[in-house]
Amino acid sequence: MPSTLTTFGYPSLDELRSSPGYPARERAEKGPVAVIECVQEIPCNPCETACPRGAIRVGIPITNLPALDADKCTGCGVCIPKCPGLAIFALDMTYSATEAALSFPHEYLPLPRPGDVVVAVDRGGKAVCASRVLRVSDRPANDRTAVVTIAIPKEHADRVRGIARRSEGNDIG
Amino acid sequence: MTEFDVAVIGAGPAGLAASIEAARRGCRVLLMDSNLRPGGQLVKQIHKFFGSKEHRAGTRGIDIAVGLHREALEAGVVFWPDTSVYGVFPGGALGAVRGMLGGEPRGVVVRASTLILATGASENAVNFPGWTLPGVMGAGAAQTMINVERVLPGRKVLMVGSGNVGLIVSYQLMQAGADVEAVVEALPRVGGYGVHAAKISRAGVPILTSHTVLRAFGETEITGAEIARIDESWTPVPGTSRRVDADLICIAAGLRPYARLAMLAGCRMTYSSALGGWLPLHDRAMRTSVPGVYVAGDVGGVEEASTALEEGRIAGISASERLGMIGAADAARDREEAEARLSSLRMGPFGRPRYDAKEAIYEEGANACPRP
Repeated sequence: MPSTLTTFGYPSLDELRSSPGYPARERAEKGPVAVIECVQEIPCNPCETACPRGAIRVGIPITNLPALDADKCTGCGVCIPKCPGLAIFALDMTYSATEAALSFPHEYLPLPRPGDVVVAVDRGGKAVCASRVLRVSDRPANDRTAVVTIAIPKEHADRVRGIARRSEGNDIG
Repeated sequence: MTEFDVAVIGAGPAGLAASIEAARRGCRVLLMDSNLRPGGQLVKQIHKFFGSKEHRAGTRGIDIAVGLHREALEAGVVFWPDTSVYGVFPGGALGAVRGMLGGEPRGVVVRASTLILATGASENAVNFPGWTLPGVMGAGAAQTMINVERVLPGRKVLMVGSGNVGLIVSYQLMQAGADVEAVVEALPRVGGYGVHAAKISRAGVPILTSHTVLRAFGETEITGAEIARIDESWTPVPGTSRRVDADLICIAAGLRPYARLAMLAGCRMTYSSALGGWLPLHDRAMRTSVPGVYVAGDVGGVEEASTALEEGRIAGISASERLGMIGAADAARDREEAEARLSSLRMGPFGRPRYDAKEAIYEEGANACPRP
């Protein structure tokens, strides 16, 4: 069936919201939570064993979509670098009165540094807003997938999913 | 003349797994590969793999290759790098040349009663005006250049094809410092996994479905390409063509089984469009129509590294059975475990067509491939 994902290469919010890995808005408002953007049945399950709280379930068959138990999830982000598809994010809508914190996998060098102001982009790579880098985690356990956390205006929390690969030369949007 | 129980040709995931399983069951195994390093295409797969724990999911392909090589050496497999097998002769003799890449090339004859062909696949070409100009290459070749040779073949890239190879290589070209101007896909839908497409979409790469490349521009090397929208009959839609500046056009138009040695060995061939074209007919135990000759991995139908690994395990078990290292009941039990994992990898919208195609091959092969 044609979908935004198969036609353009990235899922629409509607596709995501009808998948079992996307947390409900009300849950996200309460505190940090994982956002799993995996909407195609592919044989893959490292996310299931990545979660120390058992909040992600794939089960059998391995092609099941990952289901998030948002009540068990604390939004710790351990699953983010474990997803081979780089399809897991973490969102904290309680970061501040006006800003949300978004964590995402990032595999481009040079890595941004905390305090950098970078261009936040949406799922199609379009520039959305300026954002501040809060944390960059590149621990050995991440196996060379850095997890970057940025602060963004809350109204863009459903839209922003990364940062421009290089801040200069980003002329999109 | 060098004698072994099992000769394995191709040290990718299938050949490595086959060698490990046969050697662990007591066979004297020789593993040969034309490259200097074992791992086949794994040596350039710098991304984390899908699958389950048994398939080392979440581990990068380059690290899987290192692990398999270590396991093979520990199991007692003899590995000959830089060895090109050119002939399969009656009576189980193989002609090979060693040292084509380094040192003095010399011919050798290897004798083995059992042969496992794990020769992989080769890239399909797409022909268009200008396709022979420098700057047009297979996506796999570009991936070798950036990830193995550390050479960036271009800075502005047009990728032709949106299967997993096209999507992954686009991502890795960006990691290597290039810009990917666009991915064009003739079909009306993205071919590869959505998560791979989403990664490059986030990086701002437009994936243009129902588009094709019409020609490459340039005199001595490419300077760009003309692309256009195409309709359902793959005809360019008038007024939609435009120029894309590029110094590299990568072709990711699928792979076909690299089955020449299988043909030389006299294996009966069969055709499967879902599996990439002509391939040696085989049964569920990876036996071909020629007694003592087995296949594993992409040569028996283009799939993925994880499926190649499982097929390799099955071929190694079957070869051990033929050589009398294990009984038929043990062999059947060991194969069943791998077969169950294989089936789980062939599910979902991407796996199911391959499952059906493979089942058809097995069914055809059941009567044509003699049991020991």
